[in-house]
Amino acid sequence: MKLLMTTAVSALVVLGSTAAMADIKLGASLSASGPAAFLGDPEAKTIEMMVDQINEAGGINGEKIDLVLYDDGGDPNKARTFATRLVEDDEVVAIIGGSTTGTTMSILSVAEDAEVPFISLAGAIQIIDPVRRWVFKTPHTDRMACEKIFSDMQQKGITKIGMISGTDGFGASMQAQCKDVAPKYAIEILADETYGPQDADMTPQLTKIRNTDGVQAILNPGFGQGPAIVTRNKAQLGIDLPLYESHGVASDGFIKLAGAAAAEGVRLPGTALLVAAILPDSDPQKPVVTAYKAAYEAKYGETVSTFGGYAHDAVDLMTNAMKTGGSDPAAIRDALEATQGYVGTTGIYSFSPEDHLGLDLSAFKMLEIRDGGWTLID
Amino acid sequence: MKLSSKWMQLAALAVLVAVLPLFFPSGYYYRVGALIFVNGLAVTGLVILIGYAGQISLGHAGFAGIGGYACALAPAHLGLPPSLSILLGAVISALLAMLIGKPILRLRGYYLAVATLGFGILVSMVLTNERALTGGPDGMAVQGLALRKILRGWGWKLTSGEFWYILSALAMLVGVWIALNLFQSATGRAMRALHGSEVAARTVGIDVARLKLQAFVISAVYASVAGSLLALQNQFVTPDIAGFMHSIEMVTMAVLGGVGSVLGAVTGSAILTLLPQVLTVFAEYEQLVLGLVMILVMIFLPRGLLPSIAAKLKGRGE
Repeated sequence: MKLLMTTAVSALVVLGSTAAMADIKLGASLSASGPAAFLGDPEAKTIEMMVDQINEAGGINGEKIDLVLYDDGGDPNKARTFATRLVEDDEVVAIIGGSTTGTTMSILSVAEDAEVPFISLAGAIQIIDPVRRWVFKTPHTDRMACEKIFSDMQQKGITKIGMISGTDGFGASMQAQCKDVAPKYAIEILADETYGPQDADMTPQLTKIRNTDGVQAILNPGFGQGPAIVTRNKAQLGIDLPLYESHGVASDGFIKLAGAAAAEGVRLPGTALLVAAILPDSDPQKPVVTAYKAAYEAKYGETVSTFGGYAHDAVDLMTNAMKTGGSDPAAIRDALEATQGYVGTTGIYSFSPEDHLGLDLSAFKMLEIRDGGWTLID
Repeated sequence: MKLSSKWMQLAALAVLVAVLPLFFPSGYYYRVGALIFVNGLAVTGLVILIGYAGQISLGHAGFAGIGGYACALAPAHLGLPPSLSILLGAVISALLAMLIGKPILRLRGYYLAVATLGFGILVSMVLTNERALTGGPDGMAVQGLALRKILRGWGWKLTSGEFWYILSALAMLVGVWIALNLFQSATGRAMRALHGSEVAARTVGIDVARLKLQAFVISAVYASVAGSLLALQNQFVTPDIAGFMHSIEMVTMAVLGGVGSVLGAVTGSAILTLLPQVLTVFAEYEQLVLGLVMILVMIFLPRGLLPSIAAKLKGRGE
């Protein structure tokens, strides 16, 4: 066994030392495979594409970026190991990653300990609340999605709703946040149903919501196939209530999965990226989202997703901070925190020592599905 | 006096653990080492259950989950220090193992596998769904161990990686020592007799039901402590710790290394913890290579890596 261990360790040493001598080392740990691959895969592809673009254009202040990317498979334990590896062994100056809240929370303490700036790509509010010195994030929080939906309901005069939520991490987190923030918008939740991420039929839950007196609209926090099934089941049952979905399903895939007829009239908060083509020319985000969408779709032959957009903004924010701050972790962090008015695909970011998300509700656009396509509501 | 095989094994392991850090090029290797030891501890428990007593469990991650969440919940809700929470987790795991072990250990083979599988899935479902208590699938933060601060007070400044390397190594060595002792004890012999033939064991007067339960409870405590150490080390715990994949991973480590031998189990956990780290260079082919290694070991070294190689070296190769 001794022999085996020494061989293994020396193999590691050799592998470690063959990595090219870098100019600026950027680390990433993403869930490119496993159950969260729908997040991590477009994120990893986006980061690789953007780093290539930056290096082809001459790098940052003449220095090339050396990307070290690991696939943590959505396992928080692995994510922590990779984060340790990035910091201790690869000696990166900054980390992007944590596709899920679980992996982010595992990476977070490593980044804090090592004093390396870290931009997370996960949704939960506890990542940046309380504010941690070295931790930033690009996706808006679930709470903001709830607020955007509720303010739209308010405008339509809806006060009593039924909720049907997935029990996966995304659905459960958003369900809790929505219930928490609902009183602020004078929204009353009369029914609160859940479904498992693998469930194939949600008609019992929907029937229960339909039979609850006074429900004026249905809200469905969740992602993956669940919301598509909810949408289809609701149409099959002939429930004539407005349906609100989460930002988690803001993709063309959702319309295909649910069917254009069933999805007609569904509203959800989405980012500018999704509706790049129909954005007015005056929209400041239009050039950014159009350029990213074109580059991504040309390179990989698949449609962009909101999640890839999170990674796009993270890379941009980080490399912009490197341009002003240089390649020292502390300087990058300071430059990052000083970022004002950066226009990304997700929204317009302005960080401050008290706010490491830097987005407000305007980052979300209320969308409605009409004739199998997206329409801007506001 | 000639050293017994037990002390030889233990000494070899201890020396290896102590010498390895001399070759560590960076702090990251302490983390990998600590993970190997924590896995090694859990897998040693499985060796007692699977290797000694011949019973299977596909739900031991459930106990790791209980140990892990004990360290997250007890300090947060009961104000218990993390070190005592490890103990609490172990006690809960032992009691639970006793409770569920009594009925399900009557089952054999596939049926036992399915019953333990169900237990593991139940624990992971409870951890996922009891959002108010456990934070749901997003997991919850775990307070660090105060011991590191105390050591620092004594002028022993350790990085988090070094500290956990040492602590996990000690935990594993104690676990290995107990398991090796058990192997040679009357109970251990009875367990092995049970493994060989349940009917024969009963005929010679072994209380088969009690013995199975003992093995199950001991291995549950091992898994629980390993889960606690993992949660404390990560300072964060998610229901993944109790997940089906984690159970499978543990059994795979035990079987790959050699389920009848404690050192084999440690070897198995070392390989399966190291391989994914080494294989990152293969990127998307990582899973493929991992699977290939396991298939090859199972075909050519069917008794597991260490016992097969040891047998070949002694010239009694099969």
